[in-house]
Amino acid sequence: MSADNVIEVQGLTKRYDEATVVNGISFSVTRGEIFGLLGPNGAGKTTTILMLLGLSDISGGQARVLGFDPEREPLAVKRRVGYLPDQVGFYDNLSASDNMRYTARLMGLDREEREKKIAESLDHVGLHDVADRPVDTFSRGMRQRLGLAEILMKDAQIAILDEPTSGLDPQATAELLQIIRNLKTRNVTVLLSSHLLDRVQSICDRVALFNLGNIALLGSVAELGRQVLGIGYHVDLEAEGEGLAEKLKTVPGVRAVEAAGSNHLRIYAERDVRADAAATVIAAGGRLLRLSVETPSLDLIYNRYFENAAGGRHAA
Amino acid sequence: MQREGSALHGLGVVILKELSDHLTSVRMRVLEWLVVLFALAALYGAIQQIRDTTAEDPFLFLKLFTTAREPLPFTFVSFLSILVPLIAIGMGFDAVNGEHNRRTLSRILSQPIYRDALLFGKFLAGLFTLSVSLIALWLLVIGLGLLLLGLPPSGEELARAFIFLLVTIAYAGVWLALAMLFSIIFRSPATAALVTLGLWLFLTLIWPALAPAIVIGFAPSSNEETLILAAQYLSRLSPSTLFGEVVLAILNPTTRSLGPIYLSQLQGAVLGAPMPLGESLIIAWPQIVGLVAGSILLFVAGYVIFQRQEVRA
Repeated sequence: MSADNVIEVQGLTKRYDEATVVNGISFSVTRGEIFGLLGPNGAGKTTTILMLLGLSDISGGQARVLGFDPEREPLAVKRRVGYLPDQVGFYDNLSASDNMRYTARLMGLDREEREKKIAESLDHVGLHDVADRPVDTFSRGMRQRLGLAEILMKDAQIAILDEPTSGLDPQATAELLQIIRNLKTRNVTVLLSSHLLDRVQSICDRVALFNLGNIALLGSVAELGRQVLGIGYHVDLEAEGEGLAEKLKTVPGVRAVEAAGSNHLRIYAERDVRADAAATVIAAGGRLLRLSVETPSLDLIYNRYFENAAGGRHAA
Repeated sequence: MQREGSALHGLGVVILKELSDHLTSVRMRVLEWLVVLFALAALYGAIQQIRDTTAEDPFLFLKLFTTAREPLPFTFVSFLSILVPLIAIGMGFDAVNGEHNRRTLSRILSQPIYRDALLFGKFLAGLFTLSVSLIALWLLVIGLGLLLLGLPPSGEELARAFIFLLVTIAYAGVWLALAMLFSIIFRSPATAALVTLGLWLFLTLIWPALAPAIVIGFAPSSNEETLILAAQYLSRLSPSTLFGEVVLAILNPTTRSLGPIYLSQLQGAVLGAPMPLGESLIIAWPQIVGLVAGSILLFVAGYVIFQRQEVRA
């Protein structure tokens, strides 16, 4: 484990009476990374987050957040970590800035710093113009942004976002994801949970796929693709020519080539083989019409993994 | 396991926030007007009655609190004993589940404070708000009494009235703690309010009548003294009974005992003669302690449940 890990989790377990909600998971998150906890509802993502924040007791294993034990030193953790809960709520009768003022006081910021930071962070998330409007006039997206403003105000080193994009329209989602990317440029580590796999795939450096309290898969999306599907990249190629498929198979890194239609080939590869594929087609005297690459979607990886897991169980 | 940092870190911030919520809320405005209007009505009746009967009572001023205009049975004290629980419940029934339902709880608790500060801050802010209203009301009554009766209260009368004020605040604390306890147990504010109000009605109206029936039904002894005492102890489980007894001892200086009086105790006693303040206080002391202990117990029960509760909505 490197010293740059801001979150380290070893065998973390949460039990309620009989049910085990989180079952001995281990992972670590490095500084400045966007780490996704992905999986269906009820897979244990929120429980994991609450344990990291010291808001829920840990039944077994251990967690370290910025080197602090969330069970023993929750205040130290909560001073440095910002949290945006699932469907965050605010005091509806208070204005956006008054809501921020209350949390700023709880954080212990003094008056001058408070006002400066509130203005700055509301500005950053684009809520400056409505700072004095009561929150009950806010849309869902505005509330989420207000929640992010609170994390910015805190100067948090880690931002933990629980389902930040659920229930948002596409535009609001795009705006929110942009703000989350900006967090990364400020060197804030982001831990986010979501059940919408493809939505967050675009911004996560690494993901952990949760299932029934376990981490089923862990790594970057391309790595997971290699692990589960055996390939990292899909290259779609349209070209006119004879025997191209056979020639393409000889390109280093290519695992398989299958025909997907007339003049349409799909190449499964370990790396991005577009340049080599193009060169091969030209060298073979073919006419290259289209060439595109896509990393496998998380949805595909996820579904395939659980098909395999189920198959494995049946076999056993 | 030792936790780092003070459990009360951020307490002041929570108190200020809750206070400003209470003092600006519509609910509070309605309750305040209710108190003032009812109190004025009762006071007016009392003053009329006192003017009609110009007895040579050394504690005429205290009669303001305990006299009703015939034929109405409502005295200032009886109004308070009904309205104070109502206000306290009105302020406490959605203290914690309200935060849950607004989904603000996890956001607030992710700030560097412990749950202790949130719960304690809410209780103190509620108690403070109640105290402010009650002190204002108390001053109003004293002032009106001065103006309308044209009679200054003696030092002892003021002292008794002040103790009455403190006891009323403690009484309010019991109901506030009870309301907060149910606001922690029940997720729905409506359920919490109904259960608290139901329990209040039960303890105030039904329990005092039920206690003797229970004793007669279950007591093994047919000794009348035992029966009376047992019924009295049982009925003292209700904060309303305790409050009523304290008020009787404090505002009515001729009260010699809150239980049965034995003939031996009456030997040499001048019937109808007032007791000194210290004696009255001693008579009511167990009840006063009972009220304070009750609110602490209820608060602690709520505290324990809240600490173990999951924050997720």
